[in-house]
Amino acid sequence: MAKRPSPTEFIIERDDEKCIACQVCVRMCSNDVHSYDAQTDTVFSDSGKCVGCHFCETICPTGAITIGRNPSEFKLNANWNAQVIKNIIKQAETGGVLLTGMGCDKPYPIYWDHIVLNASQVTNPSIDPLREPMELCTYIGRKPDKLEMDYSKKEPQLKTKLNPQLKLETPILFSAMSYGSISLNACKSLARAAGEIGTFYNTGEGGLHKELYKYSPNTIVQVASGRFGVHKEYLEAGAAIEIKIGQGAKPGIGGHLPGEKVSEEISSTRMIPQGTDALSPAPHHDIYSIEDLKQLIYALKEATRYKKPVGVKIAAVHNVAPIVSGIVRAGADFVAIDGIRGGTGAAPTVVRDNVGIPIELAIAVVDQRLREEGIRNQASIIAAGGLRNSADVIKAIALGADAIYIGTAALVAMGCSLCQSCYTGKCNWGIATQDPYLTKRLNPDIATRRLVNLLRAWSLEIKEMLGGMGINAIESLRGNREQLRGVGLSDIDLELLGIKPAGEAW
Amino acid sequence: MNYFPGKDISGCGLVGIMDQSGRRFSGRDIITSIASMRERANGLGGGFAAYGIYSEFKNHWCFHMMFESKSAMVQTEEFLRDNYKIVRDEIIPTKEDKSIKYRPLLWRYFLQPKEEKMKLHYDITEEDFVVKTVMEINTRIEGAFVASSGKNMGVFKGVGYPEDIGRFYRLEEYEAYIWTAHGRFPTNTVGWWGGAHPFGLLDWSVVHNGEISSYGINRRFLLNYGYTCAFFTDTEVMTYLFDLLVRKHKLSFEIVADILAAPFWDSMERESPEKREILRALRITYGSALVNGPFSIIVANSESMIGLNDRIKLRPLMAATFENKLYLASEESAIREICPTPDKVWMPKAGQPVIGRLKKQNG
Amino acid sequence: MKKIKNQISKIKNSGYKAKLKRIIIREEYCMGCRLCEVYCLVQHSRTKNIIKAYKGEYPKPQPRLIVEEKGQISFALQCRHCEDAPCLEACITGAIYRDEKTGAILCEENKCVGCWMCIMVCPLGVIDRNREGKKVISKCDLCIGEEIPVCVKNCPNEAIVYEEKK
Repeated sequence: MAKRPSPTEFIIERDDEKCIACQVCVRMCSNDVHSYDAQTDTVFSDSGKCVGCHFCETICPTGAITIGRNPSEFKLNANWNAQVIKNIIKQAETGGVLLTGMGCDKPYPIYWDHIVLNASQVTNPSIDPLREPMELCTYIGRKPDKLEMDYSKKEPQLKTKLNPQLKLETPILFSAMSYGSISLNACKSLARAAGEIGTFYNTGEGGLHKELYKYSPNTIVQVASGRFGVHKEYLEAGAAIEIKIGQGAKPGIGGHLPGEKVSEEISSTRMIPQGTDALSPAPHHDIYSIEDLKQLIYALKEATRYKKPVGVKIAAVHNVAPIVSGIVRAGADFVAIDGIRGGTGAAPTVVRDNVGIPIELAIAVVDQRLREEGIRNQASIIAAGGLRNSADVIKAIALGADAIYIGTAALVAMGCSLCQSCYTGKCNWGIATQDPYLTKRLNPDIATRRLVNLLRAWSLEIKEMLGGMGINAIESLRGNREQLRGVGLSDIDLELLGIKPAGEAW
Repeated sequence: MNYFPGKDISGCGLVGIMDQSGRRFSGRDIITSIASMRERANGLGGGFAAYGIYSEFKNHWCFHMMFESKSAMVQTEEFLRDNYKIVRDEIIPTKEDKSIKYRPLLWRYFLQPKEEKMKLHYDITEEDFVVKTVMEINTRIEGAFVASSGKNMGVFKGVGYPEDIGRFYRLEEYEAYIWTAHGRFPTNTVGWWGGAHPFGLLDWSVVHNGEISSYGINRRFLLNYGYTCAFFTDTEVMTYLFDLLVRKHKLSFEIVADILAAPFWDSMERESPEKREILRALRITYGSALVNGPFSIIVANSESMIGLNDRIKLRPLMAATFENKLYLASEESAIREICPTPDKVWMPKAGQPVIGRLKKQNG
Repeated sequence: MKKIKNQISKIKNSGYKAKLKRIIIREEYCMGCRLCEVYCLVQHSRTKNIIKAYKGEYPKPQPRLIVEEKGQISFALQCRHCEDAPCLEACITGAIYRDEKTGAILCEENKCVGCWMCIMVCPLGVIDRNREGKKVISKCDLCIGEEIPVCVKNCPNEAIVYEEKK
């Protein structure tokens, strides 16, 4: 066959008794799935175009639409499953690299689901977070080895000067999502929510739109390999600077913004021609070794007069422990590590699903290695890559992270349903698109409210779990592996994570 | 002896007495005091620390050793002879007591580090050299344990009620200017001689009532600075924290209290701006040394005795003074048992240290 | 584009008493989904049940607002309940009156004779003839009796809100 269309993934099930032909679905679907026939006064659906974003299902006033999986099955084959077959069909058709969005969806083991937490019983009282103070305040930055005091006067005076720190009211930050991969309304929502809660959001590699400069006190600016939008005011605007070496969704390759999403505004913010694909180079072409990285870190510190923390973001790969050790010694004030489940706006499917390691193992080995070398205090560790709820956050902190980044979770809070079609630029929810007709759908007032709700809810849950463990300050949980136990993990997993199996006491 | 049945958790009784003028007194008082808190122990551990007891050898390091077997003793002596000059060694005098069933070999050594051995480690100080050798013995020699390793002080401990242990070691016959005592109620069923309190290293001794929920991170924080916690006891972590912060980082006891029992961020707002800066910097730098979970501790070294509670005072501690003497105990009744009319009695607040200091004397 | 923006500001600034709540338009968030029309229709139907209103009622009920759309700009337009309402002046029978409590402009159906004078004088064209068979007018009544108008309540993106004018 010369032309073979892509097999349909979803089937639209329309309940005719409930459908009132109000045509809201017809108007709203950016993929033109639904259409209205005036003659018969009915709505028809072309399931082949559906990406499974659930916008029509959510907005339908009578709940007449259900998005189902296409029941058409290939012959059962454990090796050649449906997804694999469909990918080959697509590639034979187009000859191109398969693109996808969001994070790795393959069934690799999720270590979070194999780790359980402790609680105090009898020997140590648990603390009630509703009635007693429970402290989540976290500082990100380089900490000194020790403090020197001057005892000559009546009151002791502090001699050591602290390096610049970022103060977080809760150990959760918003991960780097570039203006370009997501809409301006989405960026505004993240910025405003970060300001309200007292945490930070990350610009990603898209530069900083002029309307976002007013949120500077809560912004971490990113310097990525493409150096999009990096100029003097940009560096001044950030409360901290993050050098992006890699991200969990596509370790080893650069960012990718398809030309469909490069509108006029994007073009002026990123300083690139309109309509062209924005392909960041794979490495920074001035960072070919660790000493080059040290040069860039100190160049940025000089440019901002040592007033802001400068950190590095890498993807979690096999040698993450010695790499992070090198980065810390190169002068980074914080290191963000992005695991294999990290999300993206556009990445080759095969890279997203196969390159990188889970963040749980990465944090564990990095934290242990830095402590063994005696340099753990020199940089804060921020963990990222598919953290889904407050339990994952607590486990990440107990394994050794100072704070965590959430990306996918924040998008879901704003409306995303993980249909993985971000690269098309047709996001119905107004998040991963630049089309002004679609971006209107994301009301920053509503999205900010939802993000603030999410962080507030997670913070309360974290306080509950901390109190249950008999701890009233988050720094007593950080790196405290004694509060974790593994269930259903192999010996080597337990060893790498540095935790005991459930059932074993101290 | 090097048998660790799991981390011990203490729910116990503590006493500390210090004569700040340096005048020494017998161990009879402290035995009476700890005996009054018998209900706080369950017979699975008791111990004492005494300062100023070896005036004849006050410039020599005194190691109190426990040996499970004769071979452990032989191995240890070989190691000690290699690294130190053994000025005197003898059995620690004891009196038979019905309640003390099994006991290991108890020996004490008065030592002087060998110069040529120290030179092998470049600029190592005497203290670090002693710490190194103590850790070697405790981890490498099967069946040997160093109970204390300070100058002119000693730790006497074992499995049994503290008052029985005190009489067993004939502590009424010793005279010291600081005495601390501890009675244990471990929730593990087996006690072992090395696991009783106080925990001693150099001239530090720590008695502790509590359970540290931040143990996992405190231990790893110490690892960053070269301390390996081999014994899975909270007391060990406390001792090393004091050694690191006071001896190595030269921080005052008040500052150490603000690190271990750090005030809440909200309370810091009520302090003066300078104090707030200091407290904030302390917490940012030493956050992993914050000891979370209930504790009351009495820490002693050759010049001081410090009592401290956790930041929300989940365990009891009372303090009292009478003339030159400072008393610390888990209960007021234990103080009044030996000092019926103290000048002042008070309950220290959460995180507020009570510090007794030796007044400077000549000679 | 500028002409449309001017027209929108004119609509937004149609005067009314302060301290009384009115429907405020925020066109930057209107998706053009027309759910407001759907719910207005249901609210003013006989059965007030969405499925019955669309499929079972004859004649079909009429929404009292309309979504104006041009290019990418869209917003829901209904009666502004003006302070100096021309329809109130023009009504020959006095069917159109102002509700004392809310300040809304309402029409008493049994007094309306269907002369359509109000429709002709309304500068925004928000009054329509009743298409359900009666010779009376049809216009927004601020959903008297409900806590907030149903168009506001059901807008998925808060493109119309019910607030006191600032």
